Amino acid sequence: MSVRLIALILCLLAGGAHAQGFAGLGTTAEGFAIPQRGTPLTFPQDHGAHPEYRIEWWYLTATLTGADGRDYGVQWTLFRSALAPHDGSGWETPQLWMGHAALTTPDAHYLDERLARGGIGQAGVTAQPFHAFIDNWQMQGQPGTGISDLTLRASGPGFAYDLTLTAEGPLVLHGDQGYSVKSAAGQASHYYSQPAYTVRGTLTLPEGAVAVTGQGWLDREWSSQPLAGDQTGWDWFSLSFDSGARMMGFGLRDGGPGYTSATWIGTDGSATALPDGALKLTPLETSAVAGRDVPTRWRVELPARGLDVTVSALNPQTWMATSFPYWEGPVDIAGSHDGRGYLEMTGY
Amino acid sequence: MTCVALAALLSHWRRQPLQFLTLVIGLALATGLWSAVQAINAEARASYAQAAAQLGRADHASLSAPSGWIARDAYVALRRAGWKLSPVLEGRTRLGDVAATVVGVDFLSYPMPPEADAGSPEITPERIFTAPGLLFAPPDLAERLADMPNLPPVVSTGELPPGIVMTDIALAERLLDRAGQIDRLLVLDNQPMNLRPLAELAPDLDLTPPERDTDTARLTDSFHLNLTAFGLLSFAVGLFIVHGTIGLAFQQRRAMFRTMRALGVSLRRLTWLLMAELGILALVSGALGLVLGYLVAAALLPDVAATLRGLYGAPVTGSLTLRPLWVASGLGIAVIGAAIAGAQGVWQLRAMPILAGAGQRAWARLSARRARVQALAGLALLAAGGGAVALFDGLVAGFALLAGLMLGTALILPALLDLVLALIQRGARAPVTQWIWADMRAQLPGLSLALMALLLALATNIGVGTMVSSFRLTFTGWLDQRLASELYVTARNDEQGAELHRWLEDRADAVLPIRGVDASIAGQTGEVFGMRVHETYRQNWPLIAAAPQVWERLEAGDGVLVNEQLARREALWPGAQVAIGADWHPDVIGVYSDYGNPVGQVVVGLDTLLARFDGVPYRQFGVRIAPERVPALIAAIRADFDLPASAVIDQAGIKARSLGVFEKTFVVTGALNVLTLGVAAFAILTSLLTLWGMRLPQLAPVWALGLTRARLARLELLRSVMLAGLTALAALPLGLLLAWVLLAVINVKAFGWRLPMYLFPGDWLILFALALLAGALAAALPARRLRRTPPADLLKVFANER
Repeated sequence: MSVRLIALILCLLAGGAHAQGFAGLGTTAEGFAIPQRGTPLTFPQDHGAHPEYRIEWWYLTATLTGADGRDYGVQWTLFRSALAPHDGSGWETPQLWMGHAALTTPDAHYLDERLARGGIGQAGVTAQPFHAFIDNWQMQGQPGTGISDLTLRASGPGFAYDLTLTAEGPLVLHGDQGYSVKSAAGQASHYYSQPAYTVRGTLTLPEGAVAVTGQGWLDREWSSQPLAGDQTGWDWFSLSFDSGARMMGFGLRDGGPGYTSATWIGTDGSATALPDGALKLTPLETSAVAGRDVPTRWRVELPARGLDVTVSALNPQTWMATSFPYWEGPVDIAGSHDGRGYLEMTGY
Repeated sequence: MTCVALAALLSHWRRQPLQFLTLVIGLALATGLWSAVQAINAEARASYAQAAAQLGRADHASLSAPSGWIARDAYVALRRAGWKLSPVLEGRTRLGDVAATVVGVDFLSYPMPPEADAGSPEITPERIFTAPGLLFAPPDLAERLADMPNLPPVVSTGELPPGIVMTDIALAERLLDRAGQIDRLLVLDNQPMNLRPLAELAPDLDLTPPERDTDTARLTDSFHLNLTAFGLLSFAVGLFIVHGTIGLAFQQRRAMFRTMRALGVSLRRLTWLLMAELGILALVSGALGLVLGYLVAAALLPDVAATLRGLYGAPVTGSLTLRPLWVASGLGIAVIGAAIAGAQGVWQLRAMPILAGAGQRAWARLSARRARVQALAGLALLAAGGGAVALFDGLVAGFALLAGLMLGTALILPALLDLVLALIQRGARAPVTQWIWADMRAQLPGLSLALMALLLALATNIGVGTMVSSFRLTFTGWLDQRLASELYVTARNDEQGAELHRWLEDRADAVLPIRGVDASIAGQTGEVFGMRVHETYRQNWPLIAAAPQVWERLEAGDGVLVNEQLARREALWPGAQVAIGADWHPDVIGVYSDYGNPVGQVVVGLDTLLARFDGVPYRQFGVRIAPERVPALIAAIRADFDLPASAVIDQAGIKARSLGVFEKTFVVTGALNVLTLGVAAFAILTSLLTLWGMRLPQLAPVWALGLTRARLARLELLRSVMLAGLTALAALPLGLLLAWVLLAVINVKAFGWRLPMYLFPGDWLILFALALLAGALAAALPARRLRRTPPADLLKVFANER
């Protein structure tokens, strides 16, 4: 088995959200487009793929409640990673794709991973009508509605889901009109979200099918060099409060003070970007997960908005044992605000 | 004391360097022969195991298309339906001026990508997936490819089987000029839930289960059986030689043992010293033999590899690695052989009174008794071998018979020769003639081991030669029968099959559809084929048993044909009934030979097949056409139906390839034959040289009576040639018996088919001549010595006190 070879391929693929400390991403992005401040995002074109950028993802998470009264979480992610800044057809395309799907219950965590090459029709994303797919997993929009109405499907060993998502608010552009800075040195990405989906549908588990409803959050991000070389991991939160307000926040860890960024989303969908240092993330409790200690209870403070909450994992064992492993799962929020959300942690 | 005694023992070798050399060379040859065969076997088997594992066939089921290839879009459609599959595109091509099998995989999904050897340049996804791409190849191939211009960079990896170049499927498409094609899809682990079955999604693809017990292994077993038989026989020959040389080393030093014992060396100490001496000699000679075996194996392996690749498509490396198994077994035979022979020598030493140790008469008496005991043991071995087959079933019994036959006959040989010589002697009248025969009998005990080795070598030669030649004749005859059609075509699917059939009807002399299904036959999975009875089959189909009017009955649906394997396994001969599927028990009306096929097969009338089974594929056709029109028809089929090369096969090509393979097999067999004979001749030479010292006192009186040295030398030569000739005569029936056991017992037990035996008297004559030549060559040196012995030495015999 060529662990090294696989690791190399996947490091590259894993890009973006999970790219901390990997060779190739700390280097300059020769030939690839670099995110520029002031570049306006245009829709629906920007819902589609940007092959001239090195990495890109369509990242959907949903916190759900079943007809059985139990809480569930669902993840559907499609990553694109380019070996060269162009598209192509057939096997020769430099565009590689990776999908991660997961279904979390309070006591179980199901996941699967798919890898594919673009160019042969096995994976890809089109903007009009919106359609993101890899193998039989897909996120599909209705013609003319952009990403407002989606159907979402995935299946893996022991699980499957089939959900309908309806956006209840506007798209949110992070940072400066969608230009999101990722380090003090200036690395950045283009980043927008649709944080306000209502979700309904069916989860299939080994013990049977269960109808669910809940809320979903889609993150879209693309870049060619999102992180600084010394950044080792990150903790990313998408929180939906019972009040109707939301917050996206992340902290990038490095040897020093780190770098934080947050976007406060009002009940009307209006977004406010908060600078480095405004968000404070403090691990409260760790769990032994997959042979390592991972913080599964956090104190999250955003004094500018009077936020001081404790965020706890629904199921601390939501380890994504994929080619490049990380922790991703639904969380409960209690404190100054109540609600539910998703937490992603890498580099542990 | 020990040191002095050891020095005394070893001084013998210093005074007799030639004897020392023969002992070492004898041991080394025996070890070399055995380990060469072992090395070839071990290497080939290791190669298959690696190939099966590396090519994903060992652990994963795979999908393939009967028509030859799967369209890339079909793969993507299955992927989009949720199935986790990994595509493999495979083909032979030339890379520069190196012919190789290129295996194209999608490194994103391939379950076991090869790891580059240490020291290779870093492998990045960019280098794998984007132009010019990377080629992964086993080290020797990588080295050759690295020098080729216009090839992508090559990465050396010890994890790939020989002759295989693995690369990304994008590059493989270009190298093989097969854009959009896939040969097979590996079905990966951990499939998602709620998938639609493959049989529903891709009804035109065949699912092959993992090859844990690979077809390749089963097929190549027949080849290895030949090699194993050779291995066993060379083991026996080797043992005799080791035994002979060591035994003689004891006998030569009887006088010395007597002297040492008389000087006070205890029997115990002497025994230990001898054992230590032998152990060291065995190890040193064994190591030399290993080197020899390695060289022989390395020289032969490319041909063996070519044979296996050509005959069964099994990739075998042409280069040899030192494997612990055969190194150990090679040293083992040297040490064990030496131990057995040494034990016997020591036992004899103990049994004889000190002062009688050197007496010629004592030795002769002992030898006579030993010959009797040996003959009895030989008879017992023969009986045991026969009993094993009678009492037990299976391959082991077959090998027991083989071993009993060979060793038993070898042990009987001295008594037999003695008997023959005594009979001849009785007829002799002239004094010199009488002396010649009597002298020959007196020499027999000393030569018997060498003659046994010669017997085994000759018998092996005849036996294995007969088997290989019979196999070749049978197989080529069978190929002619079974591949009666000039052309074989496979369509992509049933619709195309029907179209192809109509198309061919207009252009060929006859079109014979080949349609079959897998079904349970006598409780095991097998194949049922439908046959449209045609003159081609009536004339050519290789029936080895048939009921009257077999073809008429087959056509009428009144009975079926079964292949020989099934017939032998389940005792299904004409008159019996065979259970097919759940509720069908047709009569067996014929049995046909079906070499190389491990599964049971039944042939029924085509209409019967279609009536009994649903969904019988309609894709394969045999085409009868004048041979000169074949190339044009092939071109036309490919042009009109867009079929890959593998889907249109002409019979002449298959036959030429098979025959080429047999020629390679002959090279290997021939080389091993010459080696065994050479070793046996060497054994005779050693024995004669050993006897030399004792011959002088026997020859001196004859010389004194008036026979010249030149005449005596000629008589020496004649004696050796006579003995070799007599042994060769005894070897002929033994060799034929051996061939019969291999063809009719071992082959049936191992593979379920029996090969007819053909005789090759021309080969025997050549072999007989070779045996005489071996005898003459072996005696040449002693005879020459005799001619040049100064008369003074002969005279001294009368002066010396013996």
